[in-house]
Amino acid sequence: MGWTRKVLRVDLTKGTCKSEALNMKWAQEYLGQRGLATKYFVEEVDPKVDPLSPANKLIMATGPLTGTPASTGGRYSVITKGALTGAIACSNSGGYFGAEMKFAGWDMVIFEGKSPKPVYLSIEDDKAELRDAAHLWGQTVWKTEEIIKKTHQDPQVRVCSIGRAGENGVMYACIVNDLHRAAGRSGVGTVMGSKNLKAVAIRGTKGAGPIKDAKAFMKAAAAAKKVLADNAVTGQGLPTYGTQVLMNVINEMGGLPTRNHRDVQFEDARKISAEAMREKRPTDGKAQLVTNAACFGCTIACGRISKMDEGHFSVANKPEYWGASGGLEYEAAWALGAANGVGDLEALQYANLICNEDGYDPITFGATVGAAMELYEMGILTKEQIGMDAPFGSAQALVKLAEMTAKGEGFGKELGLGSARLCAKYGKPELSMGVKKQEFPAYDSRGIQGMGLAYATSNRGACHLRGYTVASEVFGIPVKTDPLVTEGKADLVKAFQDATSVFDSAGVCVFTTFAWTMADLQPQLDAACEGGWSMEKLALVGERIWNMERQFNNAAGFTAKDDDLPPRLKTEAAKTGPAKGLVSGIDKMRPEYYKARGWDEKGVPTKETLSRLGL
Amino acid sequence: MQKSLYIDANKCTGCLQCEMACSYENYGVFNISKSRIKVFNFEHAGRKVPYTCTQCAEAWCLHACPVDAIKIDALTGAKVVNDATCVGCKVCTIACPFGTINYVVETGKVQKCDLCGGDPACASACPTAAITYVDANWTGLDKMQQWAGKTDTQPRANG
Repeated sequence: MGWTRKVLRVDLTKGTCKSEALNMKWAQEYLGQRGLATKYFVEEVDPKVDPLSPANKLIMATGPLTGTPASTGGRYSVITKGALTGAIACSNSGGYFGAEMKFAGWDMVIFEGKSPKPVYLSIEDDKAELRDAAHLWGQTVWKTEEIIKKTHQDPQVRVCSIGRAGENGVMYACIVNDLHRAAGRSGVGTVMGSKNLKAVAIRGTKGAGPIKDAKAFMKAAAAAKKVLADNAVTGQGLPTYGTQVLMNVINEMGGLPTRNHRDVQFEDARKISAEAMREKRPTDGKAQLVTNAACFGCTIACGRISKMDEGHFSVANKPEYWGASGGLEYEAAWALGAANGVGDLEALQYANLICNEDGYDPITFGATVGAAMELYEMGILTKEQIGMDAPFGSAQALVKLAEMTAKGEGFGKELGLGSARLCAKYGKPELSMGVKKQEFPAYDSRGIQGMGLAYATSNRGACHLRGYTVASEVFGIPVKTDPLVTEGKADLVKAFQDATSVFDSAGVCVFTTFAWTMADLQPQLDAACEGGWSMEKLALVGERIWNMERQFNNAAGFTAKDDDLPPRLKTEAAKTGPAKGLVSGIDKMRPEYYKARGWDEKGVPTKETLSRLGL
Repeated sequence: MQKSLYIDANKCTGCLQCEMACSYENYGVFNISKSRIKVFNFEHAGRKVPYTCTQCAEAWCLHACPVDAIKIDALTGAKVVNDATCVGCKVCTIACPFGTINYVVETGKVQKCDLCGGDPACASACPTAAITYVDANWTGLDKMQQWAGKTDTQPRANG
């Protein structure tokens, strides 16, 4: 079965919690998590809704493999209309929270309306109730979890919450679970905050399942675990170096966006890399990295647990930041580092801790700081406006701005807008490096052409996790393609996007796809879930999910014009590295992609396409 | 040869595959709340530590049981709870200094690790060999081997 077949519907306006049966017809068509929750969302919410109004809904959803021994089977997703983007948002997180939701007996929780006062949702198996959160409002993510565990007198309760960023309307607030895992992008935490919902605390004792054929499932899961263990990336690279293994690799190939995408290589990349995290610091003789760590069920264990240099200026008198904590992952290290030209590893880790503690997205934050630094260097923003000198490369500015953003202090309030709104406000909208108001992650569209198309067409705005063609263009997974050319990228991007839609709907982590293909996931799903999950069915489900999301965005007012990159990437050629002289070929790839998708020239799915997908 | 569970916490990533394997082996379900092995996360120290019964030679639980429900498995040396005899008095849970024998509300009995009859599911499921099942007299063998490897201080003609 895989699914618990139960949905919890929480009406925040009325303060009620109701159980309802999962729509099993939709489960067969959309699988779970991302796909199934998005189906619920698009059926129930007007695409034109203001993301921060009570009429927007927010869904937390598990997949059929969440909470099972399938490797990485601990994921959950948050689906809503994004505060940052105004597009469909779907942010995925690991840790232990998702599995706990499943163990309590729920496939998903749908939040609707707006609570008149701050509340949190408490779930203990079947029992769900809204509780007063007056004492939690204003607290950080870390403190919130601590207080809830104390109040419930239960150290085993799992918590997700928003921090001060989500309360104060930072447009890219996250929902953080288990202290440092996050549903991070598009402002899903901002939406949660707008509903006066501070946290969700879950304790589940019912376990996952039932599984359709437990014996066959265990066999399929074991075979798939072996594939991960035997693969060089998932078996060695990621556990040893984490996602940060990418920093030097991407820099060398000229794909590391630097100083708000002015450059494609960062001279200090090595200083902020995985290798640097493992080296002993000259200051205290200790390495930043303490150990690697896994999310629930994960046999890869790419997570980083680090300790800061206690003498670093950012934490010198703050012992609360001296303990082990999460970070740095590649995206955060890039955004807080290369994107601003900051090469101080300790400063990046401090800013990363603040992002976790206060609950906001380090990618958008770092990129927004990068944009502000460019505006400062151009003389458009002054020292007086920002409250400090903020040239590219200033670790001091990064640290100070990180502390100001969630609280909305001074210029922090403006940084909380994200780069698109910030740059527009100061008359330079073209300096926001993103798509659909969401900032790029850590791959440059000039040096890795396929990613430009993946960004431009991602349904949640610029994102690396919707179609990670880096796997093919850099690592040769499943086949090597040339990162510098546009040929063949339309089909490549479509294939990655459709397959990822399935992985995001199953309850497993997309990082498995460094080693797994659909043929490794399919036997696990087929053994766990009733309904006959063939490769063909899964391929169709993936494409169906993608087109459903696209239709929502089209109905929300997005057009082909929004499937585009900032002018910088189309007119300012890469200055160094293998991509020197290249700009993004997005305008050539876009029509090819629409054709491959079965969409018209305006990016609208044709009748034939919709009918083929049963939409 | 008697074997015992050997836990090297430094290798634990906190994935909880051991807890799922334990519940599946003993109850046929994927439910970590029924696991007899628990992984503890010492967040601020950056340590994850799996912990379960060490099968004490002079087992406090066994001696404390008023109805002799806990017996020694001759094959494995495990101290095993006989559900048919256990009356759920919980005296063993008080006697155990380590907290590794626990009451189960649903059954009204206590449960503890029984080494799965000699093939512990947690050890098989552990992806990093943080939990292994080894010769009970030589639980330190791998550490000895590591240190033994460091004794070579002489230059070699061929190396």
